[in-house]
Amino acid sequence: MNFLVCLKQTFDTEEKIVLKNGEISEEAVEFIINPYDEYAVEEAIRLKELHGGEITILTIGPDRAEQALRSALAMGADKAVLVETEDLEDELDEHSISQLLYAAIQEQEDNYDLILCGYMAVDDGSAQVGPRLAQYLQIPHVSTITKITIAGNEVSLEKDIEGDVEHIQTHLPLLVTTQQGLNDPRYPTIPGIMKAKRKPLTRFEIDDLSISEQSISAKTAQKEVFLPPQKQAGQILKGSIKEQVTSLVEKLHKDAKVI
Amino acid sequence: MGKKVLVFADRRDGVVRQVTYESIAAARLIVGDGKVIVAVLGTDGKKEVESLAHYGADHILLLEDGQLDTYITDAYFLAWQYVIDQVKPDVILTGHTTIGKDVAPRIAAHFDFGLISDCTSINMVGEEITYTRPIYAGKAFVKKTFVSGTQFSTIRPNNIPTLDLDTSRSATTEEISVEIKKDRLRTIVTQVVKKATSGIDLSEARIVVSGGRGVKSTEGFQPLQELADVLGAAVGASRGACDAGYCDYALQIGQTGKVVTPDLYIACGISGAIQHVAGMSSSKVIVAINKDPDAPIFQIADYGIVGDLFEVVPLLTKELKKVIQNG
Repeated sequence: MNFLVCLKQTFDTEEKIVLKNGEISEEAVEFIINPYDEYAVEEAIRLKELHGGEITILTIGPDRAEQALRSALAMGADKAVLVETEDLEDELDEHSISQLLYAAIQEQEDNYDLILCGYMAVDDGSAQVGPRLAQYLQIPHVSTITKITIAGNEVSLEKDIEGDVEHIQTHLPLLVTTQQGLNDPRYPTIPGIMKAKRKPLTRFEIDDLSISEQSISAKTAQKEVFLPPQKQAGQILKGSIKEQVTSLVEKLHKDAKVI
Repeated sequence: MGKKVLVFADRRDGVVRQVTYESIAAARLIVGDGKVIVAVLGTDGKKEVESLAHYGADHILLLEDGQLDTYITDAYFLAWQYVIDQVKPDVILTGHTTIGKDVAPRIAAHFDFGLISDCTSINMVGEEITYTRPIYAGKAFVKKTFVSGTQFSTIRPNNIPTLDLDTSRSATTEEISVEIKKDRLRTIVTQVVKKATSGIDLSEARIVVSGGRGVKSTEGFQPLQELADVLGAAVGASRGACDAGYCDYALQIGQTGKVVTPDLYIACGISGAIQHVAGMSSSKVIVAINKDPDAPIFQIADYGIVGDLFEVVPLLTKELKKVIQNG
């Protein structure tokens, strides 16, 4: 079975956001595999362990994204593809990225049975690219999955729908987007990391893909980035626990008027 | 110049959700002397007409079809595609919910539309519509616009105020139908399992009671649930509590997990890691209850109680009961 995982390298979730000249600064920032994409990588590896096959990891991003690809290879993926976007980052929106992914998939010799994407990226958080890609590929998609079982061509899934769980039946080829709770991603082992250095990693530039500049040009534009107003620390209540609770209830009721 | 603004209503168990009224409010803001058209999918849509009109709809499309009562991507795709082809809107708005998140990007790809998702506000700046949305789970925000073409946006629940109820308003209605062939549906929903939680959706809840590692066990969530029941609140959790296995990941609030913006957020036994704060710091009022006076959560809390949550929370539940009963 051929698996494809689309991933994005993102800021570590413990990073603070700092603006420099109106843009988000990457200075001294730690990068990680987007946590939702890490579930996708892990699930592909588990499915490969069960059914056999090959896992390709695909990313669109700057040069530094190679690190994320190597991490996924160290976890157990087989090969990786990086479409380099150096300097173009800010000019690409979700439409552009999904078009690029589609074009990069067309370049591959493999036909993929299952494509896995994180349900969203923790940076842009738009949750668009997976379903958009499925539409271009003309295959069904199931989003925010928390369980997947494959038997032959048949696929059974569980999907998180705002707290409830939906059971879904479908078939391959399929695109899924992965949600928290699906699995617990493994840490790469030292031998895994050594092996990953020798696994194949293909680099493309956007110009190498058979796609016109027009079809990747963004439909939306970013006008401004800003930080939310700093929340001011409020008051620590005083007195016995009983007094503090009484005073809190009064403040919520009379001052804040939220109850 | 007037625009055609199309809103896809979002229904849960047949009831139109609050975020639809919020989307209509956003639509009215940008519609000029054009029309706000609301599409209601599924059976029994008629009962929603009056209320949609009172809150700002001009024209209501009813697509009564039992196949649209349960959400299936392909069925909704066909229905949305048909409605968009009929209406030819300038702007499309819907909720950033399970349905909106799932079908909107597919529709955008099909029509070659841009899509700005998860917007917390929409404004007219001169002739231009700007869309504001959080990035990094609210650690920062961006203002975006469309370069060209149909404008398409999903709206985060609980952020755009609805319009005031106006019972003198009325709307025209139109019944439409689209053929949804069974063999076009590539996924089948075999079962929906309701989780034992109170049924109040985290992202739409007006009050959230949330627990962290300090809750110590699954049973430790019981006093939080009791407080939530008194307040009509939803229960949430930090990553620490989820990772420790005290509760389901569906409850997780943070940069991984859900982002919530309730009127009142009560954090119990939560230290306030950056990744959690990203998911809740836009709450209007924050209360922190924690044993550790140095916990970072106190830096963003409006009111803090330093103490053991197992002592504080039951007392708080008791006191609140009194206030609520006395009106």
